Amino acid sequence: MTKILVVDDSNSIRDMVSFTLKSAGYETVEAKDGAEGLSTARSNSFDLVISDVNMPNMDGITLCGELRKLDDFKFTPILMLTTESSGDMKLKGKAAGATGWLVKPFNPEKLLATIKRVIR
Amino acid sequence: MDIQALAADVPVEGEYSLEGIDFITSGEQYLTFMLNDEQYGIDILCVEEIRSWEVPTKIPNSPDDVCGVINMRGIIVPIIDLRKKFNIGEAVYSETTVVVVLTHEYEGVSRTIGFVVDAVSDVLDADESEIKKSPAFGGCVPQHCINGIVNVGDTVVTLLDVTSLQQLEPHYKR
Amino acid sequence: MSVDLSQFIPSFLEESFEGLELMESSLLNLEQGDDETINSIFRAAHSIKGGAGTFGFEHVTEFTHLVETLLDEMRDGRREITQNDVELLLKSVDCMRLLIEAIRDEQECDRTEIDETAKLLTIALNQTASVDVDNNETGSGTTNQQVTQNTLWDITFIPEHHLVQTGNDPLLLFNALADLGPITVEANCKDLPPITDIDPTELYISWHLTLDSAASEEDIREVFEWVEDECQLIISQPVKDQQDSQQPEEIVIDKQGGDFTSVSSASDSSEQVLASAVADNASSTLESTTTTKSQKQPSKTKADVGSIRVGVDKVDSLINLVGELVITQSMLSELGNDFDLSKIERLTSGLEQLLQNTKELQESVMRIRMLPISFAFNRFPRLVHDLSNKMNKEIELVLKGEQTELDKTVMEQIGDPLTHLVRNAVDHGIETAEQRLASGKPAKGVITLDAYHQGGSIVIEISDDGSGINRQAVFDKAVEKGVVDKNTVLNDNQVFDLIFEPGFSTAKEISDISGRGVGMDVVKKNIQSLGGRIQVESEPGKGSTFKVNLPLTLAILDGQLVRVGSETYIIPLITIVESLQAKPEHINRVSGDMLLYRLREDNVPIIPVCKLFNIDAEHQRVEDALLVVVESDGQKVGLMVDDLLAQQQVVIKSLQDNYQQVEGISGATILGDGSVAMILDIPGMITMAMNNASQSQQKYGDIAKNLEGVMS
Repeated sequence: MTKILVVDDSNSIRDMVSFTLKSAGYETVEAKDGAEGLSTARSNSFDLVISDVNMPNMDGITLCGELRKLDDFKFTPILMLTTESSGDMKLKGKAAGATGWLVKPFNPEKLLATIKRVIR
Repeated sequence: MDIQALAADVPVEGEYSLEGIDFITSGEQYLTFMLNDEQYGIDILCVEEIRSWEVPTKIPNSPDDVCGVINMRGIIVPIIDLRKKFNIGEAVYSETTVVVVLTHEYEGVSRTIGFVVDAVSDVLDADESEIKKSPAFGGCVPQHCINGIVNVGDTVVTLLDVTSLQQLEPHYKR
Repeated sequence: MSVDLSQFIPSFLEESFEGLELMESSLLNLEQGDDETINSIFRAAHSIKGGAGTFGFEHVTEFTHLVETLLDEMRDGRREITQNDVELLLKSVDCMRLLIEAIRDEQECDRTEIDETAKLLTIALNQTASVDVDNNETGSGTTNQQVTQNTLWDITFIPEHHLVQTGNDPLLLFNALADLGPITVEANCKDLPPITDIDPTELYISWHLTLDSAASEEDIREVFEWVEDECQLIISQPVKDQQDSQQPEEIVIDKQGGDFTSVSSASDSSEQVLASAVADNASSTLESTTTTKSQKQPSKTKADVGSIRVGVDKVDSLINLVGELVITQSMLSELGNDFDLSKIERLTSGLEQLLQNTKELQESVMRIRMLPISFAFNRFPRLVHDLSNKMNKEIELVLKGEQTELDKTVMEQIGDPLTHLVRNAVDHGIETAEQRLASGKPAKGVITLDAYHQGGSIVIEISDDGSGINRQAVFDKAVEKGVVDKNTVLNDNQVFDLIFEPGFSTAKEISDISGRGVGMDVVKKNIQSLGGRIQVESEPGKGSTFKVNLPLTLAILDGQLVRVGSETYIIPLITIVESLQAKPEHINRVSGDMLLYRLREDNVPIIPVCKLFNIDAEHQRVEDALLVVVESDGQKVGLMVDDLLAQQQVVIKSLQDNYQQVEGISGATILGDGSVAMILDIPGMITMAMNNASQSQQKYGDIAKNLEGVMS
């Protein structure tokens, strides 16, 4: 089963993303910030990581960079979930090794359609 | 106790047979009970349970017909003696004395109250057309507590109104 | 496929309110200004905007966008943080709260203040030149040009070698492309190095694809959206369709640009149309779901139910305890299977274990209802901030013991009384800066809120370093109001307690801050109805301290079981001063049938419980009975009972649920044997006894007057 790590500090966003993914048959694990996401990632393997950018403790960009340092996450798709669609943020994400980004407002159909670009 | 053995005894869904039980009735059903030698009926859907009499805990300064409260599975349920409330017969407590616990929702508030009666007798099917207006000729039971009367053979069953029954009298002001 | 997200609206609302509270408290602390604080404010606004956008709450999204933009400027250092901006942001938080409350209550809210604040925000934003409110943010969704005919697209995709290291996989991209229409793929391996030089983490292949699809360029580009910076992507239409045959229309995406702002204006507008259509859709589905919901249940009850967010640790500890309980239970039932007396020791230890498990489980369950007092405290920084501005006073609010936990129900009901006390401290406690300086104090006054546990209760202290309570003014006022006789001799505490008398207010003028027609008497009454008490201490020139004592929970009570006749009653342990066997020489009969007991200096009126409750008792004479001296509201009385039984914790059950309120009784509980016992309401019983006494006053002249004199 395809396993996805969802990292967001907002409970409701996290719940919604998770709910949407689960309803499409994916397995999800949630983390409430980058730090928790990283520690979860260290002890598990995932087929995809979806992370918010703005979070306390560790932001999404840092998380992405840290994940890429892990052997298990060298090629794992990492999507940034953000309202900040400015080129600047995208570049920062790319530089940290993000695979792509999802733009909020969060739309469940769009989410399911786009993640097909990075997972089987 | 072996859980496995227990589990084997639990019937699975669909094993229950409903044959022989007449669930479909044309009219309302009423639980009938005795107060002295008179028969009364109450909407069976309100009946929570029928309990044997136990001495309740007194409520200070309560009206005479309020016997007190009992513990019904963790809920505090007041007990009212219908014989005292309606002044019918004698309020004696014997082995056949029972408490009919009624749960009824009125104006969004659900109340559970137990009523002491002399004995429960039967379940009565009564079509709406069979229910007649009760003649307003005094009697012990206040008119607003009566929904109507039904003839059953030679006897008359007085149908009581649960909402009115559950109206509580305020405590004595001392 | 359609996913219904409306079930997440309540959690979004809850989270938004938390976010707003965080914004507010952070804004109030921002005065020092540090990056992390402004970041956390930004994050909160950002989350609210994101969530609102998802559910199609456009009002919230639009308004929050302005707030977010302003915060973003502050965050990036493009904007100085001025006091004006902070005030504006605080006001904005209020507006956002109004908007979100309107969603929660399914009502329209008053837009005037919101529109006004939005205008102020826009003006503030325009002051900085660099601002551009980019409405494109929502825009990178599906773009859909009106292409009706299928086109044969020619796509050249030359990824950079490190592409796969960002988690992208060309095969999946081609799959996504294939969703748009039939494709052909041709790989170009000319860059492939000799096998000995191949780095397995690099990608050396490029592709040439054709796509037969009605999709637009935008659609195709969107598939490659995430890799456009790491590849060369050439999308062209077949030559036969070209209007301009000079050269094939090529779009080579600039490696650095990567933004959609270059999208033609035609597609831009269609984007917006689409975006708003989506939003309309979302809001209409929302409306329909919420209306069905409100049909199901009256909205009144909905607000009352409430929810608690419980930490996972608390739930885990519950699960552990239940696990232990199950083990104990199975151990006991196994023991019961073939029990003989030789196993009595194991039975005893098993029962002991069961007792322990139950106790721990009970404590854990109670812990779930406990919330840190910060939930009640966090409204005060804003309150004090606003009030001190209004009153032209300089006040610093110090919060202590915010993690002290309190039952949720108590918390909800203590908010208003505390607010009143804090308002009172700002209004009457702290002096103006001039007055303070004149009396040699720092210009800035300090109000301290402190909470701590003491025994089975929580103590909340509200203290100020203001002028203190003017003893003489209070006394004069009390005399003027007829509360006390001018010849009465009272100590300081007794005088201060007068401010809790009904209709008492020492403020010369009724101000709109604390003089809202609600006096200290209401505060006291509210606190008492929670089973608590309030005291005040004050020192002239140094300030005042109000001390509120509350039970930790309303659900469980430490009780003393007593017997009167055949009935068992429970006296709340917190009210008991002492229990004693009455000594005949200390009993005084006054005014006919009034009994007083001399307890050291005090004369304690005796209330025979049997008489008050109209029941039979074993002992009719005080000399034979036991006295339980209880205290409520500073008044001691001796309850006359037949016997003292055990002390135990009891779970409070309502009598009102199925019955009605009973004078002198605060509730009922179920004892170990399954029987019901009444819990005595001590203040209520004292009132009953007083009323009884004043009724006999009509019979016996002024006996009761004497009694009251003795009692007060």
